[in-house]
Amino acid sequence: MKKLLSIFAVLAFAFSANAGTLDDVKNRGFLKCGVTTGLIGFAAPDDAGNWAGFDVDVCRAVAAAIFGDSSKVEFTTTTGKSRFPTLASGEIDMLARNTTWTLSRDVNLGFEFVGVNYYDGQGFMIPSALGVDDATGLDGATVCIQTGTTTELNLADFFRANGIGYEALPIETNDEARENLFAGRCDVYTTDASGLSATRAQADDPDKWVVLPNIISKEPLGPLVRHGDHQWGDVVRWSLNTLIIAEELGINSSNVDDMKSSNIPEVLRVLGVEGGYGEMLELSNDFAYNIIKQVGNYSESFDRNIGPDTPLGIGRNLNALWTDGGILYAPPFR
Amino acid sequence: MENNSNFETRKPPVATTGILGWCRQHLFSNWVNSFITLLVIYFLYQLIPWFLDWSVFSADFWTNYKGELIVDRTFCSRVADPEGDHGACWAIIIVRFYQFMYGFYPPEQVWRVNLTYFLLVIALLPLLIEKIPGRKHLIKFTIAFPIVAFILLYGGFGFQIIPTNKWGGLLVTLVLGVFGIAIAFPLGILLALGRRSQLPVISMFCTLFIEFIRGVPLITLLFFGMVMLPLFLPEGLNLDGLVRVLVAVTLFQAAYMAEVIRGGLQAIPRGQYEAAQSVGLSYWQMNRKIILPQAIRISIPSIVNTSIGLFKDTTLVIIIGLLDLLGIGRGALADATWMGLSNEVYVFVALVFFIFTFSMSRYSLYLEKKLKTGINMGAD
Repeated sequence: MKKLLSIFAVLAFAFSANAGTLDDVKNRGFLKCGVTTGLIGFAAPDDAGNWAGFDVDVCRAVAAAIFGDSSKVEFTTTTGKSRFPTLASGEIDMLARNTTWTLSRDVNLGFEFVGVNYYDGQGFMIPSALGVDDATGLDGATVCIQTGTTTELNLADFFRANGIGYEALPIETNDEARENLFAGRCDVYTTDASGLSATRAQADDPDKWVVLPNIISKEPLGPLVRHGDHQWGDVVRWSLNTLIIAEELGINSSNVDDMKSSNIPEVLRVLGVEGGYGEMLELSNDFAYNIIKQVGNYSESFDRNIGPDTPLGIGRNLNALWTDGGILYAPPFR
Repeated sequence: MENNSNFETRKPPVATTGILGWCRQHLFSNWVNSFITLLVIYFLYQLIPWFLDWSVFSADFWTNYKGELIVDRTFCSRVADPEGDHGACWAIIIVRFYQFMYGFYPPEQVWRVNLTYFLLVIALLPLLIEKIPGRKHLIKFTIAFPIVAFILLYGGFGFQIIPTNKWGGLLVTLVLGVFGIAIAFPLGILLALGRRSQLPVISMFCTLFIEFIRGVPLITLLFFGMVMLPLFLPEGLNLDGLVRVLVAVTLFQAAYMAEVIRGGLQAIPRGQYEAAQSVGLSYWQMNRKIILPQAIRISIPSIVNTSIGLFKDTTLVIIIGLLDLLGIGRGALADATWMGLSNEVYVFVALVFFIFTFSMSRYSLYLEKKLKTGINMGAD
């Protein structure tokens, strides 16, 4: 049995570690990107059947970097269970599916997280009528909690550490949690903060609900690729970094043409006016220009999909630039 | 002579005939039944007007209560005016109807899907209606239909290729359901015959296959097809995701179909086999002409039953990321434009499934009635 398993492992490795993903993608003429089957703000088909969302923009940025055309992506829908095998088998080139970067996924599953595009964390949502403004005041509350998740363990840890008690109402899906919370069968719903915002946005009257400021876990979400193809990993990593660097430098989709005549050296390097940084990645030198022109910078993508003016209404918080009090930080473009 | 007028036939008591009699006999035969009847009537009285009001009379279709065209959820009367008495907002279904039906299939090529549906009806005709003119020729078309459908839907032979990740909605549900049932049926017959075979190798293989597939849930097979299979295939040979799922669904259905038909086979008395053999029919002749027609006839209710089950089970593909009818519905709810309208989406999906499964069960009833009459079955 052990022998058999090791043969499978070797086979799986042999088929997943084939180098040259970038060449494959270029020859194929489009990028294959794995996304969710639908998560508000992060990935969903619009009325015309085009995928849009915060994670989708990462796929589009990579396509823009490679082909100069952000529409050259084919999306494969994956679920929490199917996402890793789909990536490992080579059916998709990259996965942008709000996936938490953890040690075991990075190392044991044989993937490479190229960065973080959204810093999430587990939070709490309560009816504003409860009059609680801090999660430590939730002693004795009934909590809707998805069973069998890390959220469940985090919740237990948090309440124990603060010496308060709670009653768990186990549920299976987000929909179920929403219905239970809105029907008043539980006082608190806890899941990732972005999920709470999505839940709140679906309420008949969102103002009746508040998301508490407490964040009790680290959930860095980011795009990932297969282990072993570093050239490809670099392409995805620097496509993501370009989004963040563009915001740092104040380049956006509307001023990107004017910025080409800027006198700031890093802007000129990013836009491919100076230096051969695209060539190092085996891309064209204006790859970053194409990303910014077609997808926009990080803040444009954020505001378009999940920002304060969308139904989700998520603030930048941790996801603000390091210069604005967040922790978003990209290595220098040089 | 006068007395004859006394022989005038008296009508049966009112209480035992007509609507009143029927009601009395079936609904109010004793106080428990009367109570249950009244209870059910009360619930229906509460439920039906409420549902009709929600789904039709105070519902939004294209426009909201102000007469504005609905382009996103904020225009829906029940969202825009939460205090008012407003019903469903069907605009989500209307705006996304194309996606619900075809997924992301390119609109300029969608005639191919429609043509396939039309041909499917023609292919079904000789199976559904026995006395149709030219049945023999139509049957040939029915047998060729899966290949025609594949070329039309997928492409090749001059048609533009539409990769299956662009398929979705009812199209995926029907492809899985129709192909799954159509391929599983002959496969199931072979497996059933194989399991009863005198040759130990064949019967052992068939028994093992059936028991293995029946021993695991469909979702396990789906995962195997989706997750494990690609790792075992040689590099370069990347079987399409939908095909892998279809294989899993078909094998699953074939195993169940085999057991259903085996049940039918067991009901055929020995005499039928012996009679067939004594007139010199070969194994295949015997099965084709004598045994199977009877066995399948007995099995019709169960065949339809497992087929309906499979048709509904196809929604499980959402767990491995295929967007069938239900998946497209969930996708619509995940779009910030329409989120929160889950009642409308789920009611619509349920309605579509009901239309298909109910037609299937009605047809099987018709078939049973037609086949039972006029044929004296040995199995009775």
